Amino acid sequence: MAATPSPPRKRPRLSAKHREWLSGYLFVLPDALGLLIFLGIPMAMSFVIALFRVDGFGGYQFIGLANYRQMLADPVFWQSTWVTLKYAVFLVPLTYVTGLGLALLVQRTNRYNSVVRLMYFAPHMVSLVVVALVWQFMVIDKIGIVSRFLSAIGLSGVSLLGNPDFALFTVVIVSVWFLMGYYMLIFLGGLQDIPKEYYEAARVDGAGPIARFWFITLPLLKPTSFFIILVSTVAATAGAQAFDIIYVMTQGGPSNSTSVLIIYVYQQAFGFGAFGYAAAIASTLVVFLMAFTVVFYAMTRGGRFTYE
Amino acid sequence: MSKRNKHIPVTKGQATTVRIIWMIVSGILGILILFPLLWMVSIAFRTSEQTFTSQLIAPDATLANFVHVFTEVPFLLYMWNSFFVSTMVTVIALFFHTMAGYALARLRFPGREFIFLAIFSTFLVSLPVIIVPLFVIVKSMGMLNSYAGLIIPAIFNAFGIFLLRQYYLSIPREIEEAALIDGASYWRIYLSIILPLSKPIMSALAILFFLTNWNSFLWPLTIASDPSLWMVQVGIANFSSQYAASWNYMMAASTVVAIPTLVLFIVFQKQIMDSLKTSGLK
Repeated sequence: MAATPSPPRKRPRLSAKHREWLSGYLFVLPDALGLLIFLGIPMAMSFVIALFRVDGFGGYQFIGLANYRQMLADPVFWQSTWVTLKYAVFLVPLTYVTGLGLALLVQRTNRYNSVVRLMYFAPHMVSLVVVALVWQFMVIDKIGIVSRFLSAIGLSGVSLLGNPDFALFTVVIVSVWFLMGYYMLIFLGGLQDIPKEYYEAARVDGAGPIARFWFITLPLLKPTSFFIILVSTVAATAGAQAFDIIYVMTQGGPSNSTSVLIIYVYQQAFGFGAFGYAAAIASTLVVFLMAFTVVFYAMTRGGRFTYE
Repeated sequence: MSKRNKHIPVTKGQATTVRIIWMIVSGILGILILFPLLWMVSIAFRTSEQTFTSQLIAPDATLANFVHVFTEVPFLLYMWNSFFVSTMVTVIALFFHTMAGYALARLRFPGREFIFLAIFSTFLVSLPVIIVPLFVIVKSMGMLNSYAGLIIPAIFNAFGIFLLRQYYLSIPREIEEAALIDGASYWRIYLSIILPLSKPIMSALAILFFLTNWNSFLWPLTIASDPSLWMVQVGIANFSSQYAASWNYMMAASTVVAIPTLVLFIVFQKQIMDSLKTSGLK
């Protein structure tokens, strides 16, 4: 910053330095305040509300750690934790593989591929409620188009949403369908950053396509991969996409087989009015998210989103 | 594109064959991926008797489902609510985020790094996790069942601030410095230099913000139980519980809801895909 040689005319009481300070604070104020009230305080408040029993009339009664004790003794909480883990363990590798696969398929920049990229990405533009409804319709037992396709290839009588053994997997597939185009884009960005010379050199040395993928693409995609795994893990554990799809398609059922933690939290809070208990469960997710944020921060060096 | 030296021991003909097969595979995959959306549109034009037949274009296609959606359900109201809320959020968010992004990138003041870190710490916090306390706060502010309750909490997210901050870091300083020496205030610089310079990134962000809010479900579901304030996603979710078996109506409604986003997407595909690609986080 060049020091201003002449004092500012309009506000003679403030030095140039203080003028800059004041402007800085005022510029940041609306967003900082909003984020504090609508994100920061709610995060902290999870831990506070968790210490109360909240009745239907908004009365708060302090009960210490009773909600956390109830949580640890609640079989549905543990089941939801297990369902969340399963959802993440299926979803993260599947989005990774499909995202990378699609990106490799349309990596070359030409007009044909840019149309195909649009096709791959289009599901991500549709709202999750619509996504959930369309898939719910397609997997209706016996008469949905997917169910009919399955019976045509010999898998008749499979209830994709009605059977607790399949429902979560169905939800995972729908989530992957929605997410893979987005991860494809991130991978395309990562692939573009790999210098072409590496592939040239490998070609000269006689490396085939598999060797080139294994020894050049994959290692050089490491930052992108790490980023994607991190983000998709957070999305799988706490993302709105899991909530919307599951809320519309199964409401957590059948027999809690798709009840991920965020669905369970919502049901406790807005179904049964158990705000304190819901906050206790949510606060464990806040801890998890904060831990991930630290990793994320370290990785992107303060949100710079460049990998060099 | 750099010229490539061909060291591959394949003939030109073989290479072309491989490329054609490659194109066919990726194209078929694209159609498969699009299929659920095509199927949705296809069902939207069918009579209820035809809902579960297999052909892609059923005979005696009808617009009756759309007529039903718009006449029997206050769908236009839901769409208006979504449009109004999404537009308000987008405009206010762009205004606040450009201000914050500019200050964090350009102005020097004590505590800037701390503020930046604090904003960063909200980055991965997702709505489902804070839904309970957020509801309590917004309710205590008297914004339950109001446009304010739908709009204000949706404005604030760290993502836009980061993207803008990064953009401003890449703008050369000289332009502002000249204005500063002329005695312009920072507000003046922001309005007449920074905002005009941010047009490209702002248009990309505007589309993203609008789409995100048009598509959002959980927050409108939670904060507005009054049907006259329902946004379109809540509308169709409720519609689905009301018309459980009438899938032709529901697919028509879904089509109506999805069309604006798909049209926006096709028109602004480049901006949307570029901004998502560089951001790395939605």
